[in-house]
Amino acid sequence: MCAFLIDLQQHLFLQYALLTGALASVACGVIGAFVLVKRITYIAGGIAHSVLGGMGLALFLQKNGHWEAVTPLHGAVAAAILSALIIGVVSLRAKQREDTVIGALWAVGMAVGVLFISRTPGYNTDLMSYLFGNILMVSTRELWFLVGLDVVVVAAGLAFYNQFVAVCFDGEFAALRGLKVDFFYLLLLCLTALTTVVLAMVVGLVMVIALLTLPTAIAEFFSKTLARMMVLSCVLCFGFTSAGLAVSYGPDLPVGATTILIAGAAYLTMIVVKRLALPGSIGP
Amino acid sequence: MVSHQLSFSMNLSAARSRRIRKPTLPERPVIEFEDVSFTFNRHPVLEAVNFSVKEREFVSIVGPNGSGKTTLLKLMLGLIHPQAGSVRVFGDRPEHARRRIGYMPQHAHLDPQFPVDVMSVVLMGRLGHSRSFGPYTRVDKEIARNALRQMDMWERRKSHFSALSGGQRQRVLIARALATRPELLLLDEPTAGLDLAVETELSELLHSLAEHLTIILVSHDFAFVSRYVNRVLCVKRTVVAHPTSEVVGETITRLYGSSLKMVRHDKTNSGASGPCAHS
Ligand SMILES: Nc1ncnc2c1ncn2[C@@H]1O[C@H](COP(=O)(O)OP(=O)(O)OP(=O)(O)O)[C@@H](O)[C@H]1O
Ligand SMILES: [Mg+2]
Repeated sequence: MCAFLIDLQQHLFLQYALLTGALASVACGVIGAFVLVKRITYIAGGIAHSVLGGMGLALFLQKNGHWEAVTPLHGAVAAAILSALIIGVVSLRAKQREDTVIGALWAVGMAVGVLFISRTPGYNTDLMSYLFGNILMVSTRELWFLVGLDVVVVAAGLAFYNQFVAVCFDGEFAALRGLKVDFFYLLLLCLTALTTVVLAMVVGLVMVIALLTLPTAIAEFFSKTLARMMVLSCVLCFGFTSAGLAVSYGPDLPVGATTILIAGAAYLTMIVVKRLALPGSIGP
Repeated sequence: MVSHQLSFSMNLSAARSRRIRKPTLPERPVIEFEDVSFTFNRHPVLEAVNFSVKEREFVSIVGPNGSGKTTLLKLMLGLIHPQAGSVRVFGDRPEHARRRIGYMPQHAHLDPQFPVDVMSVVLMGRLGHSRSFGPYTRVDKEIARNALRQMDMWERRKSHFSALSGGQRQRVLIARALATRPELLLLDEPTAGLDLAVETELSELLHSLAEHLTIILVSHDFAFVSRYVNRVLCVKRTVVAHPTSEVVGETITRLYGSSLKMVRHDKTNSGASGPCAHS
């Protein structure tokens, strides 16, 4: 822990990692709250996994096709938005097929990614870092890209805060007030997609869901309004990513997995304490 | 009716083309149903419904469970569409008139765990009037505050919505409908679940609101209905309109069947013992 704090002052990659965690936390706080109350965690999971397809394809084009400008992060964003729109349109038009489509995109996206990455030199390290995170290897360029994503996500999430709350709380009433409910639903899915990309930089796309839901779920217990829930989960998320970095640094553990375990432990502790303190209450 | 409308619109365009002063037109109805039929999965709910509601009328819809009262309101809001006939609201398609309508649903399908406080719920009534992004304005908050005061829920404004009782939630949803500052107020069984004191207050409030706006309310509460409303629409497959004074017990029996006894505890003054007399 002490070594981490000392090295943090010297090593740029640690500062970048901490900053990446902070950026992810802001997006996670704002969008994670909407994801929780709208109960679209499963959709977010589908999007997160399908992102591998875009990353793999972009990596393949970059390394084999010599498209130097295309980075896996670009591929991730494109794939995330595409799956968000596909799932969104299906869930608006044919709700009963939503599950199937999510499952299909989830697996097909990963399959596409694995295939393309297997045809690219450096197969193992790339695949592993996409799946389980590579927060210690974030470059300056990637950091700026993440800042851009963050600004988009947070600005949209806050500008349309009232609209999102109304659409999530009572879609029928929102429609009667003249809001374009379908538009806001698709926009929310797109923002969720961008958030999963940012979070995937921290913990890898397999574990995105945990980081998207655990801080928010803990925050929900202490919050009367969505706004408060956002602030609190933002703080918690930053706490978890930083703790993950610090704890894993000394013994050289995988950062992503450590972060998730810390978040999971915090969530579990909260449930247990809640049960003991308030025996009357039901469920987490 | 159709031909009347035709000549009406021709007059208008003629007036416009000749650039003469518009003649004083007869008051346009707020709601017009013309031969409206509605079926749910081939099961007919409403058939050949014809009626209209004038501006600043206070109308009650009555009828037994499953007779199509809620369906009637949803048709007015354009949430569902008739298989035949036409529904006009403020002379326009219901979807276009929506923003001028305040609505309190009978069953709001709300997530009981949703983290939202009472004030935020009422403020949702300001959407569509307020800016299209960013926070609510001071005027919005002022209007929401008045609506909460009117429903006697101001003290609970900071409560978690899910921490309220059923009747209190209903009051908040009525406040939300009032906060839309509607020209037409649709309330689906607003008195169900309210205690006597609040019910009396609500009826006084609606009575005073009725001076400025059109109110249509679904109610099984005949005491309420016969005391305040101008007209009663009896729904059972089709719709029959009655002035409130015409409404006598015999036809309630016809409309409701044997369930009448349960509701016939009213305290009316004009000899009317409830709504709906077809004779
Ligand atoms: N979603 C639906 N699917 C199929 N049928 C429906 C649906 N909603 C309503 N119905 C049918 O339409 C008819 C009218 O329903 P509606 O809700 O308008 O009744 P109501 O008069 O409001 O009754 P209540 O007094 O119980 O509120 C009922 O017979 C019901 O079976
Ligand atoms: Mg009903």
